[in-house]
Order: sequence, then structure tokens, then C-alpha cells
Amino acid sequence: MRLEARTNIPLGFMLLAPVLAVLASFMLCAGLVAWSGVPVLEAYGLLLQGALGSGFALAETLARTTPLIFTGLAAAVAFKSRFWNIGAEGQLYAGALIITVLGTGMLDLPQELMIPVLVICSAVAGALLLLGPVLLKLHFGVDEVVTTLLLNFIVILLVSLLLEGPLKDPMGLGWPQAEPVTEAAELPRLFRGLRLHSGLLLALLLAFIIWIVSIRTTLGYEMRAVGFNQKAARFAGMPVNRVMIMTALISGGIAGIAGYSEVAGMKGNLTLDLSPGFGYTGIVVAMLAQLHPLGVVISATFVASVFVGADAMSRSAGVPSYIADVMVSVSLLCMLVSVLLVRFRIRWS
Amino acid sequence: MNSSEIDVSKNQSDSEVVLRLRGITKVFGSLVANDDISLELKSGEVLALLGENGAGKTTLMNILFGHYVADSGSVEVFGKNIPEGSPHAAIEAGIGMVHQHFTLADNLSVLDNVMLGTESLWSLSSNRRSGRRHLEELGKRFGLEVQPHVRISELSIGERQRVEILKALYRKARILILDEPTAVLTPQETKDFFETLKKLVKGGLSLIFISHKMQEVLAISDRVAVLRDGSLVTEIKTAAASETELAHAMVGREIELPERKALEAGRSIFKLEDVTVSAGEGRPGLKEVSLNICAKEIVGIAGVSGNGQTALADLISGLAVPQSGIVELHGEIVRRFTPENMLRNKVGRIPEDRHTQGVIGDMSLAENSISECYREAQFSTFGWQNHRNRDRFAENVVSRFDVRGYNSKAPVRLLSGGNMQKLILGRVLSGNPQLILANQPGRGLDVGAVAYVHQQLLSARAEGAAILLISEDLEELLQIADRIAVIHRGQLSETFPRESISIAQLGLLMTGQQNFSTTNYPSAGNNAS
Repeated sequence: MRLEARTNIPLGFMLLAPVLAVLASFMLCAGLVAWSGVPVLEAYGLLLQGALGSGFALAETLARTTPLIFTGLAAAVAFKSRFWNIGAEGQLYAGALIITVLGTGMLDLPQELMIPVLVICSAVAGALLLLGPVLLKLHFGVDEVVTTLLLNFIVILLVSLLLEGPLKDPMGLGWPQAEPVTEAAELPRLFRGLRLHSGLLLALLLAFIIWIVSIRTTLGYEMRAVGFNQKAARFAGMPVNRVMIMTALISGGIAGIAGYSEVAGMKGNLTLDLSPGFGYTGIVVAMLAQLHPLGVVISATFVASVFVGADAMSRSAGVPSYIADVMVSVSLLCMLVSVLLVRFRIRWS
Repeated sequence: MNSSEIDVSKNQSDSEVVLRLRGITKVFGSLVANDDISLELKSGEVLALLGENGAGKTTLMNILFGHYVADSGSVEVFGKNIPEGSPHAAIEAGIGMVHQHFTLADNLSVLDNVMLGTESLWSLSSNRRSGRRHLEELGKRFGLEVQPHVRISELSIGERQRVEILKALYRKARILILDEPTAVLTPQETKDFFETLKKLVKGGLSLIFISHKMQEVLAISDRVAVLRDGSLVTEIKTAAASETELAHAMVGREIELPERKALEAGRSIFKLEDVTVSAGEGRPGLKEVSLNICAKEIVGIAGVSGNGQTALADLISGLAVPQSGIVELHGEIVRRFTPENMLRNKVGRIPEDRHTQGVIGDMSLAENSISECYREAQFSTFGWQNHRNRDRFAENVVSRFDVRGYNSKAPVRLLSGGNMQKLILGRVLSGNPQLILANQPGRGLDVGAVAYVHQQLLSARAEGAAILLISEDLEELLQIADRIAVIHRGQLSETFPRESISIAQLGLLMTGQQNFSTTNYPSAGNNAS
């Protein structure tokens, strides 16, 4: 058996690949669902119902989509330039931390000013956290996968320390949680009674901006060039190091904003379970989207639907909600396989 | 010949066919790489396979050796069909292949490389003693002596080639395919190599010699088969062939050889004084190199690859910083060695490796055309790219430099080597450079494309550019360079006017056999003694 490169791949075929990958993953997971003793079609029906079946379900799914768009974009931007930022989780918490410090009373501005200021502050916090790894990589050749990954634990332990200490909410009944942000700092809800907040609009806007930057601006041109072929970019006189640093700052910044969006839009205050691994899931989201900024929106919605739907499915049918993790992972594997099959043809000999 | 263990009777009957290709066809996408090719190889014969780059020689041999599966046609060795797509079966049948790019493990010894893959992975011991004896025996018989315990990384290119041949012989090859074997050799090494080939034929082997160099084909082969655009166009006895006839069959059209006018060299554009560049990983740098290039002249740098050409090219490209010495451009000392600064100083660079340095393969032709000037106001205002100007610029390059297969959206890696080189040439010359570095500009290109590149370099010279041409192809250098210097182990010889030096002399200098210090030019090469 061997692989042969295909020539002239039709566009439709390329767009079909992710759809087929998702279908294949549902089929592969059917066995697991059946094993838990629930009819497969019924379970999948519940999953679909739970994710998209009602206004409430849809709002929950979109609320879950929001942080995944941010972290997915953070990964997509960095990976496109071959900078392997695995630290979106830490950058998210860094953003959340600065918002907690500034937004719980220290800053007092009207809402129209407060929100932009906090968005910028959270972005700066995330960006600064990634500045160290990128400088270490450029000047000493330190592998950014290691540094960004380990920084996640450092930041989360720091948050834990602060939540038990100086940032602990005196009214929190002893729970390790921070004071809620002020009303001016909050991201407004989009509908009364639903958790869906305006962070989603911010995420969509950001995805659009990143896309435009990537295809229309000089910086985007440099970032793609560095990602595709760093040697040729350097040879052509592009400022490779500066582009790498810019990429890292943008990537870290986006992940930092995710922290603000979660604290000020979703939870209201900083807790240790602010992110159930959004940073890591963002990598999956970016890979599913093949690093396309607008694709990130779609893949984030898909991943969020699976998670939210699986929660509903486990509540009403007793299928463990861990199935969501399995499904998302399997769909990523299927995606990688289908991308391979789009580019190559298998020859049996 | 009597000592040969290989079936002697086969040698005596000259006409016996050992290898027969029947109607081989292979199509890649829309490209017909091999179109119904039938060939025979007789016992004890040297068959030359002549053709330009991209004519289908390598594809044909890869089918023969089982790397590719033909769309139709069959391969018959010693009267038996061999299964398709199995290099293993091809080796079993007695076919050996020496690839253009060697397939040796640098960190293993000669013996290890030769024995690699010949023993079962399941056996617990390796019979090295008999392997070594056999290897030495083969070496003696064919005049291919090597030391079995030496690591490949310590061998010269010529010695590595010997190991490749021994590898095939060790696997009992009786048909040997040599893919462009002389491309990496100096003229002297080529001479020795031809002696080796004669011994191999005497020893009972039949050879297929792939090349695009006419003189070599005429010197070594018994029969020539010419491929063009995937089809077999001529097949004749070498004795009856003439160079012009073969050239015409190979190219199929008239090639206008670039016209070279005598020009008076102008003022000095680029000057190196005792420049030392430290060695990179596993490659030599430059040692106190001095050189002066003037407007309206082409200075050629000859040398076996890996003798410091990369360091010299990197220096001019702005990728390497000299340790000591003075670099002058337009009479001013260069202090900042970055690609950006070199571009600003009107240095155009044609890199050695088109794919890794020349273009960004996954970007479009238009995006690649501006990669060195994208910051100019016409392409970028406040960081916003002007795609209309970019596309217009790209179309201009495409039409001026005759880039074929142009599709503004498709990634540029889909272009053929020649068209990619034309694109790079167009990008470089559009910047009106005053100094042009051309590092192996003709490598891997067909005759027509090479002539085109030379033509463009010559017209740039006529317009007043200073050109540094680095090449391993001595004929290329003698064709278009005004002066030639030889680089050897990081040292540069004096420059010789093209009229006063021969290929043989250049060859001696390239192998370091002629001392650089015999020069009457005291500042250059004074520590070559």
C-alpha cells in the first residue's frame, strides 16, 4: 500500500472532506454509544436536540462556542506562522487575572470605556505571557511547545494561589473564587434570561479581522510567508524575527481576550474552573478549521455543539458525557485522515 | 575476464538481450512522462540514455527499478518478466541503480552501508567477516578499492559514488543503471570514473548511462537512445552518431546560443578584501578571500560543490556576516549584512536552491513576484496591500520573462523548474540590480531554459551590472564568464581571463592539485601553500 499525490483537487472535494470526517466520527462513536445501552439513533437525536433543538439549547451552544472561537483563532494565527503556541489556556487565565484585578473595583469608568479598556488589558496580559517563549525561541532556540505548555501550569497555579489569598472573595463562603466584576465591566447579555453574551459578537468580529489581516495586509503576507517557508522569507529580506514576535503577540492577545469574555460575560468572576481546557480544545478547533480564521467559527460551533449536546444526552439518556471528548477527538482524527485522503490517493499493490 | 564468476557465455554472445522494456507508458496528471517506450539492452553493452531535464529519463528508470508502476507496458530481465512496483524484485533480478543523489547513511561505515538490507532482520548475528571479504574482493576486481571501516561522511564525493556502485555489485547486480553519475564529479574524477565503467563492462555487466552531456555519452557508450518529451526519438550506434545530430534529436528545435559581446569592464562594483567567513555546520567557510567585480563583467566561480560556495553566496545574499576583512559595495564599506540591506544596495540574488530559498512554494506567483519589494509604496500603503498593482507587476514579469504555465491563483510550486527560475530571474532583474549573484542558475534546467537564463544575464551585463556566477558546470562558466576564479576549501584562486584557461587547468585547481600560490598575484591565495 502506498500514497500517491493527487493533482488538481476540485474545490468541492476539499470542502466535502470535513463533512465526511464528521459523519465518519459519528459512525465510529456509534459503537461506544451502543455499548452504554442506549439505542444509537435515539442518543444522537438527543444530542442534536440538546445542542440545537431549542432557543435555549442554541444559546447555550453559542455561549460555549465563544471561548472556543477565541482560543481557536489564537492557535490558528500562531500555527499558520509555524509558531506552536500550546499555551492558550495559560494566556486565557492571564487575561482573566488582569480583568479580576482591574475590573472588580480598581478601575471605575463608564461602560462604553470600561469594556474596550478591559479588552485591551486582557489582550496585553495574554500577549505578554507569550512574549517570553517567543524571545527564548528566537534568541536561544528554546522549543516553544515546552515553554508555552509549562507556562500553563505556572499561570494556573498562580491563579490558584491568588484565589486562596489576596484575590479571595470575602463574601465567597470560603470558596476559592474572586470577587465578581463590576457592572460596568460586564459584557452585556444578548437576550434576557439566556447566558449568551456579547463576547460572541467580539469573537466573530475578531475572526473577520484576522481573516482580513491575513489576506489583505502586509503583515498578513509576511506571516503567511514565514509560515510557509521561513528560509525563503528570510532570503527575501522579510523581518522574520519581528514577524514571529508579532504573531506571538497577536496569538497570545486573542487568547487573553477569551479570559475577559469568560469572566465578564459568562461566569461573572474568576474561579479555578473558569476554563475546562478551552485553550487545548482551541488547538483542535484550529486544526479542524485547517487554520482558516473563518473556518474556526464553524469548527468551534461544531465542537461546542458536541459538548453541549453530549451533556444533554447524558442527562436524559444516561450516556456518560465523556462521549463528547471521544467524539471531538475522533472527529479530529477523521479530519486528519480525510485531509490526507484529499491530498493523496491510496494505491494497493 | 576469465576470473569473472558471472556467466561468461553471456559475454561472448554479444547480441543477447538482458533487459527489454516493452511499451512503457506513464502519465502524471496531464503530463505524459513516458509515451510507449520500448528499449533493449544487450549483454556487455553501455547504453546511453540521453535527454534534457524533464524528458522522462528518470521516470523510465524509476519504473524499471520498481519505484513507479507504469500505466502500461512490461519489463523483462534475462528473459523473465519482473513484477511491477517492487524494487526488491528488481534487485533480485539483478538490476542495480546508482542514483544521482546518493542514498548512503553518512554516519555508518562503508561496510555497513554496503551490507545494509542484505541480511534478514530476524537473524541475531551479522556475518561481517565474509561481507568484508566479499566487498574487498569486488573492490579489487573492478578497481573500486575503498576502506571498509571508514565512515561515509569522511569520503569524498567520488569515493561515495564508488561505494554506491559497490553496493549494487554486492547485491549481485548484472545490469547497472547510472543516473547522471558525472554531475557531481570534477573532470579528472570523470576520467577515472570512465575507466571504472570499462572495467565493469569487462567484468560482465551491462550498463545504462543516463546523461544530458553529449561529450560523455559519445565517449563512453556503445549505443545511444534519445528521449524527448517522454518519447523515444532516436536510437543509434554511438559510432555512427555525431554531436550535432544528437543535440538536435535531444532538443528538437533550434536553440539560440546567447550572443556574447566583448565589453570593456567598468568601475568596481563589489570588492572583497581578505574576507573570512566562519564555517557553518559541516561546510567550509571562506578563508581570506579577495575578489573584485566590475560593472559590465561576469566573474565565474568554479569549484566542486561544498568548497565554500555557499558561504560566498550567503555573504552576498546578506545571510552570513564576515569574521574579518572588508566588503565593499559601490565603493562603500558594507557594515550591515542582512538580505534587506543587500536589496537596498541593489544586489540581486538568484539562489542556488529555488524551492527552499527562491520561492515560497505554497504562495501564488503574484505573491512571490513581490516578495523582495512588497514594502514599496506601490504595493503597500499603511500596511494595506495593493493587490491590483501586485497583479499588474506579476503579469509584467510573466510576459517579459516568458513564464509559462501561469495561473495567478495556483501555488507557485506547481511551476516547472525552468519557469520558476524565470520568475526568480524576473523578480531579481525588475529591481535593476547593479550586482547580481547567480548561484547555479542553470542547475536542473533544460537546454532552452539555460540558454534563456544566460541570455538574460548577458543582457544585464550589457546594461552595466556586475555579475558573480557560481557554477559547477565548467562549460557554462567558459561560455559566459569574462573571468574565472576557482574556489577550493574556502580559498579563492586568482581570476583567469576566460581565453587563457582550459577545462583541464580549471579541473586541476578544483581538486587542489595545482597550487594556488603559483600565481603572480600576491594578494590572493597567499596561504594556500
